[in-house]
Order: sequence, then C-alpha cells, then structure tokens
Amino acid sequence: MTNGDYTPLLLSLKVAAISTSIVFVAGVFFAYLFAKKQFFGKSIIESFFMLPLVLPPTVVGFGLLVLFGKKGWIGSWLIEWFDFQVVFTWIGAVIASIVVSFPLMYQSAVAAFESLDKKFENVARTMGASEWRVFWTVAFPLAWPGLLAGLVLSFARGLGEFGATLMLAGYIPGKTDTIPMAIYFAVESGQMEKATFWVIIIVALGFSTIMWLNWWSKRNMRRFSNDVKRR
Amino acid sequence: MLKVHINKQLFHYDLEVDFTATSEIIVLFGPSGSGKTTILNSIAGLCQPDSGEISLNDQLFYGDKNGSLPTRERNIGYLFQDYALFPHMTVEKNIRYGVKKKGTELNLILEKLLDVLGIRHLLSKYPHQVSGGEKQRVALARALATEPSILLLDEPLSALDSETRTECQNELIRLHELWKIPFIIVTHDMDEAKKLGDRILFLEKGTIIKTTACNR
Repeated sequence: MTNGDYTPLLLSLKVAAISTSIVFVAGVFFAYLFAKKQFFGKSIIESFFMLPLVLPPTVVGFGLLVLFGKKGWIGSWLIEWFDFQVVFTWIGAVIASIVVSFPLMYQSAVAAFESLDKKFENVARTMGASEWRVFWTVAFPLAWPGLLAGLVLSFARGLGEFGATLMLAGYIPGKTDTIPMAIYFAVESGQMEKATFWVIIIVALGFSTIMWLNWWSKRNMRRFSNDVKRR
Repeated sequence: MLKVHINKQLFHYDLEVDFTATSEIIVLFGPSGSGKTTILNSIAGLCQPDSGEISLNDQLFYGDKNGSLPTRERNIGYLFQDYALFPHMTVEKNIRYGVKKKGTELNLILEKLLDVLGIRHLLSKYPHQVSGGEKQRVALARALATEPSILLLDEPLSALDSETRTECQNELIRLHELWKIPFIIVTHDMDEAKKLGDRILFLEKGTIIKTTACNR
C-alpha cells in the first residue's frame, strides 16, 4: 500500500511534536500572563489569538503565505539575512501547525489558570516565594490537568492540519507530505488503498490520544480535585 | 511592634483603621463584610490600602511615599480560612515550602514544630488524607516554619467542630506563648474572641468602634 514508505507518518509526528512544543511554551506563557493581568487592548489580542479557530484554513494559509512568501514581510527578511526559505519546506508545515493549534492550547491554559484558587499562590508569596517559584511550584502543577488537555488537543490538531499546510508547505513527496496530505493526493490519483491505510493510521492515532486523555483526566481528578477547585 | 494606619475605599464604605500590636494576640471581631480580612490582606500585602502606613519593627510594609513592600519580603505567616495547603504536596513538603534555613538549624525548627503540634505521623500524607483539625495544625506548622515576625489568622477555627475547636484554641494560646510574636486573629465568634484575645478590636463598616482588653 505504502511501498514501505512511512515518510508521512514520521513527518506528521515530527511536525506535530515540534509545533506542539512551541505552542505549549507560548500558550502557557501568554495564558498565565493574561489570566493574571487586565490591560487595555487585552480582548483585541485574545481575539487575534483565537482567530485561526474560526477562519477557514485556506485563509490562514493565505495569511502565512503573505508573511512567509519570498516577497512576504518575514519571508523576504529570512531570505536576505539567512538565505532560508520557509515555503515548500517541512518548517512551513510546522509554522502552519503552530498557528492553527495555538488557540486550543491558549484556551485550555487560560481556563486552567483562571480556575485556580488564588489562595494557593498567595500563601506561597507569604512564605517568601518569588513569582517564578510561585509559577513553577504552585500554579503550573495545579493547572497541569488543564494544560495537558490543551497539549494533547494541540498535538491532535497539529497532526491533522491540512489546508494551511498545503498552501504554505505544498505537497512535495518525501519532504512535506504529512498524513492528511498523503490521503488527499492518494485519493486524487485514485490510490484508494493507500488513502484508506493512512486514514486508519490517523484515526487510530487521534482516537488513542483522546482515549488516553480521558483516562488520565479521570484518574487525576480522583487524586486531588476536591482541594484544587475554587471554593 | 506592628503599626497599622490605613484608609481604603471599599464597595459599601470606607475602611479606616488605626491600631498597634506588640507581641500579643489581637482579635479583629466583627460581622461579615466589616473589613477584617481586608485589614489582614493589607498587612500581608495581598491588597493595597489607598493611603496610610503599615510597619512592623521599623520595617515599612506600606507608606504613601514609599509604596508597597512585596508580600514575599514581609516575613509574615498567614493562616487562611480553609488553610490553603498545597494539595499536590505531602504534609512534609508543605511545611518545608517556605523554609530558608538549612542543616541543623532547619531540623531544630522542624522538630520543635512537629513535637509541639503533634503532626509527625502525618508527614508523608497528602492534605486530602488528613482531618480538619490536622489540616489546621499542618497549616500552623507551615506558617511558623518560616519563623515569621507576625502571624495573621483568618477565621482559623471556623471549619472545625466544637470539640476540635476548643482543642485548637488552647493550642493557639500555647503557640503564642512559645513564639512570642504578634498574632492577629480574625473571628466573628465572641466566645472565641474572648478566649484568645489579649485585646479585641470591634469592627463595624470599616471602623474600630471599640477596643477591649481581656484577661485570659
């Protein structure tokens, strides 16, 4: 079916893993900052963060092309300074993945931090903890179930990204052919068996991810949820 | 000595209090919403007064010109109403959280606390595995382990049944005799106020309407 070529699986996992790592760090950082502070323009920035969730992937892809294309603002700068082109590379797939999965991570992380009882952070401060220590030892571990949910959803979203990736990274077999891309072009060229194989793989991956998340959440909730929830 | 002279506009009234405390137990007594917890939070630096001054032993916590000293630099112990023990840490980790000293000195403090409060057998447990009275003792140990210059207690006994409550009241008095630092206790239980306080400050709508000295 695949003639022993598992590039789509490996590439999809690589793209999703890298984009999820970046999205996790950025999402947690902005969510913690925004959950604590009120400032002018916050809702505008938050709306901008959430925009990829409601826009068609092609529009996101178009926006990324405008930014990262040869004549784009960032793209032309990258070529001029680093002789590096994003379009038609797997890095383009990572960037597309980051943009579409960031809202999911951000949303989960904000909800997790906002639902934390602020007393835990305050009591740490009264015991002399710096803001950095309060974050690492109190806020982060207590918000972890929500953060993990965001992490898993972002990974799943990154794994399934198609529209924006197609516009930015294109379909180059062996270079930018992620599983969704391989499915689309297999169907286009009438290779239904190959398409079915990749469909089964991606469904299995998505299903097991969600199953694991549900199992983990329930187990974790039993552990100390009564103490963590806002009183 | 703790000196508190603050003004703060609250939703329904203006909080305006002026009092001092030496190494004694001061009880802030009043109905819900009379500003008791706001006073504790102002001393702790968890909320800011609009104006005034708060100082402890010549260290300025808050001043109109100097602004506010961050909570972490105030060296206070704060016992929250529901204790706020970190649910993801064992009792031992909770108690050690704010301790800066190391080695023998640290062990001496911890040993003393564990013995005085009788919580040695709880060290490896998580907060959800211990009873209300035990939680209160652990929270006290955690607050005192940092060797604070003052201990703030926000309705520390309200979550306990009457028997445990009496036990814990006696324990608080005993701890105060050992530690000899100002204890500021918030309560709206008159019997408790009389039993614990060296002085009771009666609060109503943000103002101290009466001060009573008690003979415990």
